[in-house]
Amino acid sequence: MPTIIDITEDKAIEVKNFEFTYAGSDEPNLKNISMPIAKNRVTALIGPSGCGKTTLLRSFNRMHDLYPGNSYAGEILFEGRNILQEKEDMIKLRTQIGMIFQKPTAFPMSIFDNVAYGLRLKGIKNKSELADRVEKALKDAAIWKETSARLKHDANGLSGGQQQRLCIARAIAVEPEVLLFDEPTSALDPISTQGIERLIIELKEKVSILIVTHNMQQAARVSDYTGFMYLGDLIELGRTEDLFVTPCEKLTEEYITGKFG
Amino acid sequence: MNRFLDRFFHLSTLSIALLTLLVTGAIFGVLLDEAKPAMDALGLSFLIDTKWAPNLEKFGALPAIVGSILSTALAMFIAVPLAIGVSIFLSEISPQIFKTPVGVSIELLAAIPSVVYGMWGLFYFVPIIRDLFGGLGIGLLTAGIVLAIMILPFMAAVTRDAMNTTPDILKESAYALGGTKWDVVKDVVIPYAKAGIIGAAILALGRAIGETMAVTFVMGNVHKIPSLITDPATSIPVALANEFTEADGALYFSSLFYLALVLFVISFVIIAFAKYAFLNRGKRAVS
Ligand SMILES: Nc1ncnc2c1ncn2[C@@H]1O[C@H](COP(=O)(O)OP(=O)(O)O)[C@@H](O)[C@H]1O
Ligand SMILES: [Mg+2]
Repeated sequence: MPTIIDITEDKAIEVKNFEFTYAGSDEPNLKNISMPIAKNRVTALIGPSGCGKTTLLRSFNRMHDLYPGNSYAGEILFEGRNILQEKEDMIKLRTQIGMIFQKPTAFPMSIFDNVAYGLRLKGIKNKSELADRVEKALKDAAIWKETSARLKHDANGLSGGQQQRLCIARAIAVEPEVLLFDEPTSALDPISTQGIERLIIELKEKVSILIVTHNMQQAARVSDYTGFMYLGDLIELGRTEDLFVTPCEKLTEEYITGKFG
Repeated sequence: MNRFLDRFFHLSTLSIALLTLLVTGAIFGVLLDEAKPAMDALGLSFLIDTKWAPNLEKFGALPAIVGSILSTALAMFIAVPLAIGVSIFLSEISPQIFKTPVGVSIELLAAIPSVVYGMWGLFYFVPIIRDLFGGLGIGLLTAGIVLAIMILPFMAAVTRDAMNTTPDILKESAYALGGTKWDVVKDVVIPYAKAGIIGAAILALGRAIGETMAVTFVMGNVHKIPSLITDPATSIPVALANEFTEADGALYFSSLFYLALVLFVISFVIIAFAKYAFLNRGKRAVS
């Protein structure tokens, strides 16, 4: 039995007996996962490569539905509903639960249009409202200073770290409840990484955050809760300081002390 | 040893590259040389004269020039949107099981020799156009459609390849912001593949404007500027293919070379212009 902390804080999301199977896989790639995601906190997922962190993360915004044949079981409760239900409005869900990818993914358009993209999809057309919200998002993502003078320029002219902030600005512009980060700094240099980590900590005032990282130090630095995954199972979820200092599970201890991974 | 190989490789590729320049130059030189008598006799008014009457030693190239441009424009007008539609279907919409068979059949269509399109056009298409629009069935419209059908598979295949290079993670990013499939195609896939799509269109344009066999049978070889889209017309390659064997007089013969020279220059100018206008400017506009 895994050790999952029972949190007393408000929960943004609650996962119950969740299973996920990729098309063509004979057994579930994620097995019987139950976990809370605390509201306005950072929850990190760690574990060796291939253990299912990305797969779990991409279940929260139903990214797996873009490819045929994948199947879910169990429940992911968000705002009182199970988002795995057939009738879930995927478009709306994805504006409520945003995602930042492993590599910066600036669209081939201007900086302004990148950040305005989700807003326009939501049907916001008013020029001054768009401008205000783009500015606010860029400020919240701490990239306004570098971009304010060149909003009309191609976003691909920015550095990797700047592009990743731009992607964060783009995601927060639509004011989601939850943000999913999949190893957001794995393609970045140490200075940019530090900046993104600081930003994640600031962002939790407004959103609940789930971050996948294979870097334990990063999990320790940014998160309030940490989950350790292994071979498709969630082995342990606890307060970050507890999990790293006094893990309950033998596997967790072995992993964080570097015995495997 | 390695340095020697390197040097050998460098020299051999360089000389092949130079050879292509040399061949192009030589072709241009021969055209110029053979066209010289007609250029001296007819001057630039060759380009704007509308009368082509070899027995009267009258040679005006305008109908063939207009026919070339109109048939090509018509073909592009039909083929470009269709090719983009087909490639959007193949790269983004089609279920996986259709992608390969449909993709392969499009590549096969692209490999059919153009004379086959011409024969097919003459025997199957001409009667249909005749029934639908009246007239002879042979003319500008038929030529434009047959040309469009001929360049469509090629353009669709290249455009699809360009669209397939769009990284999944970029498309997913747009879906993750609440985009629909159409949003992703329009805002991510097409802009990302833009240079490839335009490149494909330019290559298709180059094929269409010089195409001979596909249109020879269906255009009519009438040196007259068409007043209706269904009127018979001619294009430069059609005139060349039809008339070289019967060019008896020296001026007639030389005029055909002059015509070929005009085609050479038109193709060159259009393709250079299209490259400049769409590729360079496209790049500068976003950066
Ligand atoms: N698209 C896919 N189809 C089938 N299996 C996949 C796919 N993506 C990942 N997997 C498998 O699912 C497991 C978990 O992968 P992933 O979630 O990417 O791990 P992590 O992010 O922890 O490195 C791995 O065994 C991997 O091989
Ligand atoms: Mg991963």
